[in-house]
Amino acid sequence: MKRGASGGPRLGRRGFLAAASSSAALFVIPFRLGATETAGAAGFTANAFLRLDAKGVVVLSLPKTEMGQSVYTAIAMLVAEELEVGVGTIAVELPDGEEGRFGEVTQETGGSTSIRETFFPVRQAAADMRASLVGAAAAGWGVAAKDCTASDGRVVHAASGREAHFGALASAAAARPPAMDTQLKDSSKFAVIGKPTPRLDSRLKVMGEAIYGIDVVLPGMKIGAIAQCPAFGGRLESTDRQAALAVAGVVEIVVLTDAVAVIADHYWAAKKGLDALAPVWTSAAEPDLDQARIEGEYAAAAATGKGFGAEGTTSLADVADGLASAHSKFSADYQQPFLAHAPMEPGNCVLHLHNGELEIWTGTQIPADARAAAAGAAGLPVEKVKLRNQLMGGGFGRRLEPDFIVRAVEVAKSCPYPLKLIWSREEDMQHDMYRPYYHDRVEAAVDAEGLPVAIFHRIAGSSIMARLYGDEFDGVDSDAVDGAAVTPYKLPRHRVEFVRHETLVPTSWWRGVGGARSAFVVESFVDELARNAKADPLIYRRRLLESDRARAVLDLVAEKARWTQDPGKDRARGVSIIHLWNTFMAQVVEVGRSDDGVRVERVIVAVDCGQPVNPLGIEAQIEGGVIFGLSAALSGEITIADGRVEQSNFHDYTVFRMTDAPRIDIHIVDSTAEVGGLGEPPVAAVMPALANAVCALTGKRIRRLPILKTLAV
Amino acid sequence: MDRTLTINGKLHNVDVDPDTPLLWVLRDILHLTGTKFGCGSGLCGACTVHVGGEARFACQTAIEEVGSDEVVTIEAAHTLAVGQRVQLAWINTDVVQCGYCQPGQIMRAIALLQKNPNPSDADIRDGMAPNICRCGCYPRIHAAVRVAAETAQ
Repeated sequence: MKRGASGGPRLGRRGFLAAASSSAALFVIPFRLGATETAGAAGFTANAFLRLDAKGVVVLSLPKTEMGQSVYTAIAMLVAEELEVGVGTIAVELPDGEEGRFGEVTQETGGSTSIRETFFPVRQAAADMRASLVGAAAAGWGVAAKDCTASDGRVVHAASGREAHFGALASAAAARPPAMDTQLKDSSKFAVIGKPTPRLDSRLKVMGEAIYGIDVVLPGMKIGAIAQCPAFGGRLESTDRQAALAVAGVVEIVVLTDAVAVIADHYWAAKKGLDALAPVWTSAAEPDLDQARIEGEYAAAAATGKGFGAEGTTSLADVADGLASAHSKFSADYQQPFLAHAPMEPGNCVLHLHNGELEIWTGTQIPADARAAAAGAAGLPVEKVKLRNQLMGGGFGRRLEPDFIVRAVEVAKSCPYPLKLIWSREEDMQHDMYRPYYHDRVEAAVDAEGLPVAIFHRIAGSSIMARLYGDEFDGVDSDAVDGAAVTPYKLPRHRVEFVRHETLVPTSWWRGVGGARSAFVVESFVDELARNAKADPLIYRRRLLESDRARAVLDLVAEKARWTQDPGKDRARGVSIIHLWNTFMAQVVEVGRSDDGVRVERVIVAVDCGQPVNPLGIEAQIEGGVIFGLSAALSGEITIADGRVEQSNFHDYTVFRMTDAPRIDIHIVDSTAEVGGLGEPPVAAVMPALANAVCALTGKRIRRLPILKTLAV
Repeated sequence: MDRTLTINGKLHNVDVDPDTPLLWVLRDILHLTGTKFGCGSGLCGACTVHVGGEARFACQTAIEEVGSDEVVTIEAAHTLAVGQRVQLAWINTDVVQCGYCQPGQIMRAIALLQKNPNPSDADIRDGMAPNICRCGCYPRIHAAVRVAAETAQ
């Protein structure tokens, strides 16, 4: 899998290279997967993030995983800025899950944290490396380090005209005490950060050369297809083993209590073997578990379940006082469905369990936890588990769980050969860990002007935090209340409670996480308050906003969307604003009518994410997040019947296609403020903006997602 | 049963059941892993390749249907005149995110432009509709198809 360090992947066709050279858009990337090479005598390991290899190539050990969000490029830009090398000359390695390797920077990729966590530590690592190289050059030349500069991968002493390539200084730098606490560049001097920079992994992906977990091929490898009990809590009852073994190419059948895998020479033989095996399953642990029961349970939990007050919100007595004393009162209930992640690359894991060691090739957002979980499943100490993290064909939170890997280990225990286990799309969708179903109930009291004087917001849902961090759980899921307990608004007597309720449906993180579920409710409800006050929803929000930065993005989106102008016949607009993941974002969604209800025509986004790192990447994240959120809000829904998931593939879990995608206009505020996240915010902001636009168009308030289903009843 | 396939200009003998989808012959037997598995049902387009010059879902194309038709996959897209333009447009437009669906998107776009060198916006939308991108690269895919069409003019 290692690619040539000197030239990177080659196209091998002269014509193409000739055509490409004129465009100046092809990058030579010394691209590597996994830590395949350690610095030799000629190399220089500056710190956990950075080293020069024996050939003088700068190697960046990424603490974060690439799943499309462009961290390769953005984190390499942080290095390029402080180390003074070209972005395209940096080789990148994926995180391997070695606990504590990067100090305070975790290897978990999620929650829009990648750039926020690395912005200073990676720049510091690069600046210190530069200082070491400059120091080594200056000492060698007998000149003062302050008279030397670094530029384009070299150290230069301008006065004498001497210069040395970084690679030539490696041994000398390695022999010196490491530089520490080197002064970072002031943002006014940034030459790389903030400049639109094309992705480093573009060409690999465009040429079809990028290797994802599912593409890994090992000598002697067999390929398995898995079926897991479709009903929650059920077990495997029987199989037709002989029929499966009769399928050409089938080599092994691995039976687990609630799953079965057929191993073969290639996937098609494995899949045919699985069909022939015709596994029979018991019914679910709760055969009557269905959507109506689940919705009833959550509605009851929201109405009367024991709630725990979120930190920073007011007391029950205070909010009750406010509600009792007000001019008028109203309430609303909001329902959000279970959602699947459905990344384009279905679940898979390549692994080899042999000689008391486990090697894993897979794409995971949690390399350290994945290693630990795999070690547990294999009954091995974690040091005996080697993880070779791969590119991911989408994550969206799905690969924040190690369940695929654990399953694969359970199967691999019966396999003495390297195994690639593949989930069919149906298995992937029916054995997802879903975005939780939520039922929110919001009560508000308003004054004579229609402004809130008290708000009581109760959130009933599954708690992912309680599952993961049970010992520390105090009744409030800090993720689920994110964006509800603290909003961009000045809200007097505002109480938020969380009511935990679990069903057999497994739940986990989904792009946008808690903030997105809260933003849908808060921004829909504020829209209702505005409508109730007969106020323009944008002006109403503006009156309640707390910060200047929030008002600035709202004003910017209003201007760019021409909010005050009539959108035209059969068109309407909705607005939203969020302050989450340290990013301020306002969106206006413009909708029109279509055969099945509504069609999204245009989305206008204004964002203040603090210091922008790569505007091209920011725009890509926003375009993608907007489409991901629109798709879910319009038609995304996983439903339960007979204790199992009803949907199975893209025909009944429909997602946006090119024909659905609206025009998206993005406006980034120039800022040097602290860096904000970008993976989640566009998803969070677009769902309520769309629902509000649909209400403006049809008069129907969307209190239940998905929208097309609500419009149809 | 042995049969001979022409893939990316080379002959390959493969010994698999006649109902085996082209996708798994490409990926698991010939190790041409650029063509992706997404849904197995012709719903997502991640496995799009050219068979006899037409865009086809490799997951829905049994090897017995291929016959002597030439198969072109992403690995040889750059050998097609339109392919080079499309791939360059993809790079210049900074289209990709996770990139998993892009081989299929690119093969779809090449077939579209081979048939319709000067597509309207509606032609591009409809022509690309079989292919899903969960990262939501659609605006840039659309722009890149447009760029590829215009560079040919």
